[in-house]
Amino acid sequence: MESHEEKPIIYTMENKPIVTCAGDQNLLTALYSLLAQQLPWEPMEWRRSYGRAPKMIHLEANFVQFKEELLPKEGNKALLTFPFLHIYWTDCCDTETYKTSVKEDMQRWQSVLKLHGSTDWLIVVVENDSKKKNKTNILPRTSIMDKIRNDFCNKQSDRCVSLSDPLKESSRSQESWNSFLTKLRTLLLMSFTKNLGRFEDDMRTLREKRTEPGWSFCDYFMVQEELAFVFEMLQQFEDALVQYDELDALFTQYVLNFGAGDGANWLGSFCQPVRNWNGLLLRRPIDMEKRELIQRGEASLLDLRSYLFSRQCTLLIFLQRPWEVTQRALELLHNCVQELRLLEVSVPQGALDCWVFLSCLEVLHRIEGCCDRTQLEANFSHTVGLWTYATEKLKSLGCLCGLVSENGPNSEELNRTVDLLAGLGTERPETANSLQSPYKKLKEALSSVEAFERHYLELSHAALEMYRAIGRLRSARLVGKSLAEFYMRKGDAQTAKTFLKDSLKSYTAEGWSLPLTHTRKQTAECQKQLQQTEDYLQTSALLASDTNLTDEERKHFCQEILTFANKAPEGKDQRVVLSMTAFAQLRELQFLPASATVHVGASLQLELRLCSLMPVPVQLEQLAASVHFLGEQPSTRSGSAGTQRRPGLSPDGTISFPAVSPSGGALPGTGMPALELHEIQDRSPSDNTLNSTSVICKNAHMLLRANDGSSPLDVHSTLSSTFTMEDGTQVLKTHNVTLLPGNNSIIFTALSTKPGSYNLRQLCATVGRVQFVLPHIYPIVKYEVYSQEPQLTIEPLTESLLAGLPQRVKFTILTGHYQIKKGDALQLSNTDSMPILHSSSCSARILSATGELVGEAALSIQASEKVTSLSLPLTPPYHTLEFQLEVLCHIPLSPARVESERLTNGEIRHRPRSRTRFNSGMTCIDQKVSIDCPWSIYSILISLTFYTPFRAKHSILSAGKRKYIQVCLENVSNTNFRLANQTLSDRQHTPSLELLSLNAKTHQVVYSKQSLYSLWEVKWTTEPLPCLQCVFSASFSPANAPDTALKPYSYEFQLERVSTLYSVKADIQPALGEEHCRAGTLCRLEVSVTHLTEPSDTEGEDEELTENEGLRTTKLMYEVVDNSSNWAVCGKSSGLVSMPVAAMATHKVQMEVMPLFAGKLPFPSIRVFKYLPHSAQPISQPDTDSCLENDNLSLLDKGLEEQADTASLRSRGSIHSVGSNEQQQRALPMPRLEPFSPGQVFNSSQTQQVLVLPSTDDHVLEVNVT
Amino acid sequence: MAVCVAVIAKENYPLYIRSVPTQNELKFHYTVHTSLDVVEEKISAVGKAMADQRELYLGLLYPTEDYKVYGYVTNSKVKFVIVVDSSNTSLRDNEIRSMFRKLHNSFTDVMCNPFYNPGDPIQSKVFDSTVSAMMVPSC
Repeated sequence: MESHEEKPIIYTMENKPIVTCAGDQNLLTALYSLLAQQLPWEPMEWRRSYGRAPKMIHLEANFVQFKEELLPKEGNKALLTFPFLHIYWTDCCDTETYKTSVKEDMQRWQSVLKLHGSTDWLIVVVENDSKKKNKTNILPRTSIMDKIRNDFCNKQSDRCVSLSDPLKESSRSQESWNSFLTKLRTLLLMSFTKNLGRFEDDMRTLREKRTEPGWSFCDYFMVQEELAFVFEMLQQFEDALVQYDELDALFTQYVLNFGAGDGANWLGSFCQPVRNWNGLLLRRPIDMEKRELIQRGEASLLDLRSYLFSRQCTLLIFLQRPWEVTQRALELLHNCVQELRLLEVSVPQGALDCWVFLSCLEVLHRIEGCCDRTQLEANFSHTVGLWTYATEKLKSLGCLCGLVSENGPNSEELNRTVDLLAGLGTERPETANSLQSPYKKLKEALSSVEAFERHYLELSHAALEMYRAIGRLRSARLVGKSLAEFYMRKGDAQTAKTFLKDSLKSYTAEGWSLPLTHTRKQTAECQKQLQQTEDYLQTSALLASDTNLTDEERKHFCQEILTFANKAPEGKDQRVVLSMTAFAQLRELQFLPASATVHVGASLQLELRLCSLMPVPVQLEQLAASVHFLGEQPSTRSGSAGTQRRPGLSPDGTISFPAVSPSGGALPGTGMPALELHEIQDRSPSDNTLNSTSVICKNAHMLLRANDGSSPLDVHSTLSSTFTMEDGTQVLKTHNVTLLPGNNSIIFTALSTKPGSYNLRQLCATVGRVQFVLPHIYPIVKYEVYSQEPQLTIEPLTESLLAGLPQRVKFTILTGHYQIKKGDALQLSNTDSMPILHSSSCSARILSATGELVGEAALSIQASEKVTSLSLPLTPPYHTLEFQLEVLCHIPLSPARVESERLTNGEIRHRPRSRTRFNSGMTCIDQKVSIDCPWSIYSILISLTFYTPFRAKHSILSAGKRKYIQVCLENVSNTNFRLANQTLSDRQHTPSLELLSLNAKTHQVVYSKQSLYSLWEVKWTTEPLPCLQCVFSASFSPANAPDTALKPYSYEFQLERVSTLYSVKADIQPALGEEHCRAGTLCRLEVSVTHLTEPSDTEGEDEELTENEGLRTTKLMYEVVDNSSNWAVCGKSSGLVSMPVAAMATHKVQMEVMPLFAGKLPFPSIRVFKYLPHSAQPISQPDTDSCLENDNLSLLDKGLEEQADTASLRSRGSIHSVGSNEQQQRALPMPRLEPFSPGQVFNSSQTQQVLVLPSTDDHVLEVNVT
Repeated sequence: MAVCVAVIAKENYPLYIRSVPTQNELKFHYTVHTSLDVVEEKISAVGKAMADQRELYLGLLYPTEDYKVYGYVTNSKVKFVIVVDSSNTSLRDNEIRSMFRKLHNSFTDVMCNPFYNPGDPIQSKVFDSTVSAMMVPSC
């Protein structure tokens, strides 16, 4: 305690709040160690003003002997030396001594305190048992205490404490000791609160005056720092830091205001030129030198900042926040640089760099000093900034001092170095012994080129490693690039290259074109120095195509390539193979013809659209495309030329290639196919409910592949290995092409000597010794060459060929690979049914494969007996030869149903199959032609289909015994015809028969889809034949060509049982006494059937004759039917009659009918059938079985027109029913009915009508208008 | 105001980058590119902390002697980087935030354009003018 004579040195760590001790010093000496030790044992809660949070603090104190000088004088604001509490110690226990000396001493002490306005005091009365024992006559122990309290503590009784025998180990003494300590702490805290509060108030007042002139920041700084010191003394580092931060902020604000033009006078001192740049000093708790400078107002900005930061740093480290130090350090350094600029402080060149470098290292050292290795490694992210900053600064210093250049520093640079070193001053004592101090490092680094290099590399690598360790690869690359620049300056291109390569990869991968270009330029320089020709040229190509560069630069790099290319190869003739992507891009490829399919020998042109990326026109010696022959496709030209299109080929034969960025700076997002998303719904198979729905990407494989390959600049690594031209493939070449910048069009002619598929694999541009190779062409470019067999087709010119008329057919010969030579001829076998009508002027057209007319040549036709020979004109391969011939197909004579046989040339027999085309009703004839072709040893059979233009029908009409034949000729074709010379003849040429034509003699026109009827009367002198065979023939020609020759048409038919056997006559008589029939009254119908002809053998062969009473009779069945409901037949409407077989035998049947309406009513129809009794059946059974029904039907069909009455349907129906009855009767032999063939029964009263009057009592007149 | 404004795609390639013409463009490219390190660091740190209520503004990425680099990341991981001059002390955090907000709004407009293919470099004139407004020293 005695040593505290002189002013306490302010080393805050040793500082404690001062407590003065007056009175009995011996007492204090005895208790001092105990007191100093035990005071901080228990924390006290410190409640503070201004709403600051209460804190628990451990109090410590420095107990010093009371002296008057210790008390602060008026105006002295020093807090650190401020005595917070004054204690008066006494162990006086008898009133005598108290009254004589102690009281007086106390009063003096009190008056001194009062003089200085200090109210923080305490009187401690130590009670000692040993002393008491000595003086047993002493008053009760409280008496002294009471006295003192009475004398001094008039109001504050707590200012007096008794301490009982503190050195004794009794519980009582312990208790009193503890309460004393508590009291001491409480009073100390009270004093703190009071005094600090007062101090803070004063400080604030001072701060508020900062706008007044004459205010000094340095003064204020000292005041607030005092507060910080106290807080630090109280171990309240947080509060202490706040004080410094406030000062920092205040100062920063002043600097900013200064920058804004609002300068404070005091700031002038900080604007003095920087003369000293020895960096931060963080090893001392307080840098007294700087503090004094500040106190004197002589500090420079750097001094102030350094001091402030060193204080902050100290406090932060106390607070265990070293990483905040590094962060603040970086901010501080940046800030200082900025502030010096802002204040326009003159700084020697490089001085700041030195300062920053030293400071960075100092901070790092400081941090390293207080953290262990693992902690440091975990916090590289906090320190790496400083490392990088230091590295940068060292680099710029190196540049400044000429330590980076290969030649070493020049004199000017040496001078600068000396100046800079001078500004560092001498090394501080703290670090003088350390081998690795920042000071030494800098000094050494600036001393020589080698040392600089060593230090610089050390720092750079340290930073690089740290960046890598924390995964900041981009930052690492940037450091690497900076290193590369350094190595380049040093001439170590090899090392530089490795760093550049790294960076290049990173910029490429992420698509940063500008840094990429820059790095690539550096790489190029590297490669040039290293004489890596190939790499250099590749890089040059990339740079020459780089649009980020200026035209001059691009031209320079382009020229580099061209110069190399045109240089004579030295030594071994080596070609340099480079990637084409940087040189030119294949944009499009177009095939001509567009189908990309040609026949052997034809020309196929490929037009390449190359976009040259070079800045100048480049003369290519050769541009070659290598073609890979894939071999013949299994499906060789199935006649459909180019119908199946290959994918990627547009209709005009163009393939577009995706754009690839040449520099590899491709944006990873572009050029990728778009997502193809599809919805997928999974439904339950049983009830079709939705199980799940999802979206899938259909082209995931494409996208994934694109991602994998999204580093297109792996080009370098794969350059030499894959860019060799494939051997053994065919090559398409063009020579001496000049590629202009931008799009160029280059035409290749593809090889087509061998049929098969060809793939375009590679593209190679040759410029002198340099080859630019595009190793893969994607999408795949493919073309096909095919070979084709000759082919002959014959087609009708019109829609369909008509038989019987000359028709033109077209011959088409696809020559294929065959060349028609001179003398080649087509040999057509002649047929009788289809002669070839040749004319002399027949010409053939020759067409090229694309359908263009190449030429026309006359076709000579020579016909011999068996063969028609067509000599063909010369035709090159893969051309089309077309010519037309006229042929005539004779209409077969026989009716269509009879199949005819035709011979072609005697060798081959075949049947033209006739079939009815149901849609047009035309009968068609297949006519085959056998042709011998020059290219084949086999004959070709070609089938032609002709259609008969007509359809003929015949019918027989009767009038009593007279007979007429009607022929209906229907024109089924689409052409109108002129018809002439219709004749009908009997084939047997029966002399007794005469066919009398009742037709017009002139030509008649039969229009399309219309019919022409012709009529002949049949007359015979003798009994007619039961069967009449007739031929109808006519001549026809197309109506629109009247001068053409008429062609014959004939139709054969057969008539049977022509003559009339029976005549049926009906008569309706009104009721007796009536003149006319009346509706509703019965009339008499008389039907008389007359046998007209004499029975003959032929006649009766199928008639059932029965002998009846010696008279030959035949049984007939009649039937009266009225379908129009005009008549009601009363009684039997049908019945059997037995007709005598005699001429003119008549049988009459009478019945009653009743007209239902009035008017002219047609007679009911009367029909007559043959009646065949059952006995006859077994004989005629086979007949009836097979043909009866059919005959019936056909007869009925024919008879429809003749009957022409409404009853026909009914009658048919009835016959049907009879027929069906027949079928039932087949089992039991039953009689059956057979109708007569038409013409055998003549109904003389057909279509006769009878007048029916309305019934008399009918009041309603019904009028039927029909 | 800003000396460089950059929009960087999710895959870290630049969609848009523009700097004041007076200064070395290349330097800004390097700066912005390097800042992606810190952006990624911050994104991953934030991702761990709170995935949902993520703050898009990343704050000061890193200071250099001359520039301050600020970052912002959209929900689709598109990054905005604004570089301001260190000497420009009038810019506070709030101003930077509002700049980013403006940038984000304009970027959203670009994305809404049906003719804009996401992933392509931004060539919108409107966006350009928004950026220009940020780079002029007034505001």
